[in-house]
Parts: sequence; structure tokens; C-alpha cells
Amino acid sequence: MARYGMVIDTRRCVGCMDCVVACKTENGVPDGASRDWIAQEATGTFPHLHLEIRTERCNHCDRPPCVSCCPTGASHVEDPGRVVIVTAGKCIGCKACIASCPYDARYVHPDGYVDKCTFCLHRVKEGLDPACVSVCPTRCMTFGDLDDPGSAASRLLQERRHHALLPEAGTDPRIWYLD
Amino acid sequence: MRELTLTRHTEAIDPILHIWGWEIPVYLFLGGMVAGAMILLGYSFLTGRHRQRPCACSVLPALSLALLSAGMLALFLDLEHKLYVWRLYTTFELGSPMSWGSWILVLVYPALAAAFLVRPPAILRGAWPAFDRAAAWASGRGIRVIGAAQVALGVALGIYTGILLSSLGARPFWSSAILGPLFLFSGLSSAAALTHMVARDPEESRMFARADNAFLGVELLLIALFLIGLVQGPAAHREAAHLVLDGPFTAVFWVFVVGLGIVLPLVVQSLAVAHRIAHTPVAPLLVLAGGLALRFVIVYAGQYSHWTRL
Repeated sequence: MARYGMVIDTRRCVGCMDCVVACKTENGVPDGASRDWIAQEATGTFPHLHLEIRTERCNHCDRPPCVSCCPTGASHVEDPGRVVIVTAGKCIGCKACIASCPYDARYVHPDGYVDKCTFCLHRVKEGLDPACVSVCPTRCMTFGDLDDPGSAASRLLQERRHHALLPEAGTDPRIWYLD
Repeated sequence: MRELTLTRHTEAIDPILHIWGWEIPVYLFLGGMVAGAMILLGYSFLTGRHRQRPCACSVLPALSLALLSAGMLALFLDLEHKLYVWRLYTTFELGSPMSWGSWILVLVYPALAAAFLVRPPAILRGAWPAFDRAAAWASGRGIRVIGAAQVALGVALGIYTGILLSSLGARPFWSSAILGPLFLFSGLSSAAALTHMVARDPEESRMFARADNAFLGVELLLIALFLIGLVQGPAAHREAAHLVLDGPFTAVFWVFVVGLGIVLPLVVQSLAVAHRIAHTPVAPLLVLAGGLALRFVIVYAGQYSHWTRL
């Protein structure tokens, strides 16, 4: 069974926000909400400073706390790809999943249910990349099956040093950032 | 230096998570108080105190039903997708404390209704033969079952709310198993304070004041353990502890929760129990206000805490 994930090259990402606009357009994300966004993290002490620009979204964790805390089963893991999805018709809007997410990747849709990145599963099922990946002008994002050692995403993880965000939260995220 | 800039600014999430307003602390307080009242009712039923007249156990079930309903209303008001609330009862999610809680609440209502039958108001007696038969069973052969159900469901209701918060591991302030017992004993002390005020028998009132002192003492100990656990934990937990040690919630926590909500009523009630001063509603009212303040601080500070330092 596939296990979808994403590998993001922080040396290529320039923070142009094309991915953000593509996601909003593809998924009808309401004003004031974001399924993906850009983070700029500056670390170090002058003159030894390091700037990392990266695109962020739901990490579709292998141990998703948002799924285990959901009282109705609205938040669930869906195949193909073990993608974390919310079924709007089951969501009561209790917001426990928002509180449980260390990445703050969820928001309340104006219609009342909780919404988030779906890895554009509707596109992936048709053999397309997620909208954010397909528009990236620097091709910094690679989407694929992390359980397939031959996938482009897996090969990048074999070849390059990489890190995840907040591994200490213990959710086993599936978005990897190349150093 | 570490500086993080996000292009995202989602309402109620950035820069500080604040998805739960007054509704959740109010529900946690009222639910906790009802849980404590059920345990006290169970104690009365199992020890035979319910046969004494007057007995607070004749008032507590109806009062608890009203308070729990008010808490449930607050919980309902917090939901964003209100018309889908029935979805809670189309499934049982083993890993979700909120699912456990919703089913516990379904059991609590009939249990409190059974407790109401043990000492029903005089105006209802003789009105319907079936009601009288049920009341006779409740106060006779059924009393032990009803008493045990009050204790079991009271403990479950009181403790699940703390487990619910501590299961949300993304918020380091809530990452403590102590929250369950802390909410349970805070609920017990609130229930004892409420019973202290509604009891018409001075001896019973004194008994609940003594019980309240014990609950408050345990609550203080649990708060200390809770803070020690956070301070001894990893960096994110230490940062979370600082929210109440030298951060934005420090004043309200130490003044309203610990000072006015626990220590002062403990001193006042200890003097009253020792017959040094008269019993007044001041101490129990402070206990109730302190219990509510505790829920507000825990819920708000928990949302404030985060794995990263933004």
C-alpha cells in the first residue's frame, strides 16, 4: 500500500507563494485561511546567519494525533497513500484536531467544518501531482510514495541530508525538507 | 537568534492558538462539579446517609441535572458545525477521550435521574403509581446499584476531561497525566462547596466543609506535582510551565486559582470547622470561583503553549 509524502528542497524554494495561490485556486480555500503557506526561518548569530525558506502544510503524519482525538471519525486516514482527510459531513467542529496538531495545519472553514491539505488526492487519483507541486517554478517539491524505494521522493531522501519539522512532537511527519 | 516568519495568518490560530473561548472552561467546571456531586451522592447512598432528614442528597440530583445541562449547552455553543452534533452518537472512537466523554454523558443523565428518585420532592409523590414504584425501588433494593453507578460515572466524568486535554500532545502545558486527577479533585471540592451551601442540616454542612478541606489539600498537592512535572520535562514543557510561573497567566493563576480559590478558603474553612469562626458562604463561593478560574487558566494557557517558540 502506498504511503504518500513530500520532499521539499529548501535550497530551491524562493518563497514565491505560487504553491499557496495554486492551492487556494484548486481547492477553493476561503479568504483568511491557508492549506499551505511559506515559512522563513533565520537562525545563527551575525555574520554567521542561515536563512531557510520553505513551503509548509499538513505533514500527513504516520501517527496523526488529529485522527486519534476525533470523536466522530471525521478525521481519518484514507487510501491510496494513507493521506489524512476530513469528511466535512461527519465533522462537528469541536476543534480538538486543531488543538492536537503541532503544525497548526488545520483551520475552521466558514461552513463550520475543519479543513486542511488533502495532498490534492482528487488530482493524485487521476495521476496528477498536487496543485502546489505542479505549479512550483523552481521544482522544489517532489511528491511520491515514500514506501517505494524507486520513487523520486524516496531517491532524494536516500541521496540528500534532510530533516522534518518538530520530530520531537512524535507524530512521524511525512513532509521532509532537504538541507 | 531564531526568527520565524509565516505568510499565514489564520483567525484563532495565528499568532497564538485560541480556538476555545469561555464555553469550554465553563463546561469543564460545571461537568467537574457534577462529577463531584455524583461521587458525594454515591457516598450518601452507599453509607445510608440519604435516610437522614434533611439531606442534601434530596437537592443535589436535580441541581446536578440543571448544572450539567447548562454545561452541555456551553459545549454545544462551542461547536462550529452544530447541526452535525448527532454524529457523536453514530460511532464510538476508542482512541478519542471526547468520544468517551460523549457516551459517558449519555449514561450520566439516567444515573442522575435514578438518584433523583431516591428522595423525590413531596409534590411528586402519589402523583403517578409508576413513579412511586420506581421511587420505592430506588430508595430500597436499588440504592446500592444507584450509589455505585454515581461513584463510577462521577469518577469517569471528572477524570475524562483532564485526559481529553492531556491527550492533545501538541500543547505541552496539557502534557501531564496529573490533569485527570486534578480536575477530579477540583470537581470534588467544588461539589463539596456547593453541598456545603445547599445543606440545611448544620452538621451535614460542617461535614462537607471538612471534606472540602481535604479535597482542597489534595488539589494543592496535585497542582504542585503538575508544575514539578512540567518544570522537569523537556524544553517545550519548561517553557509551558513558565506561562504560570513568570508569564502571562502567572497573576491570575497564583492570585485567583491558588490564593483566593484554594488557600484562603482552606484557611477560612479550617477555622470554621475548629469552631473559631462561624460558617459562612464566603469560603464555598471562593472555592467555586477558584474552580472556574482553574479551568480558564488551564484551557487558555494550554492553547498558548506550543512546541516551537514563535
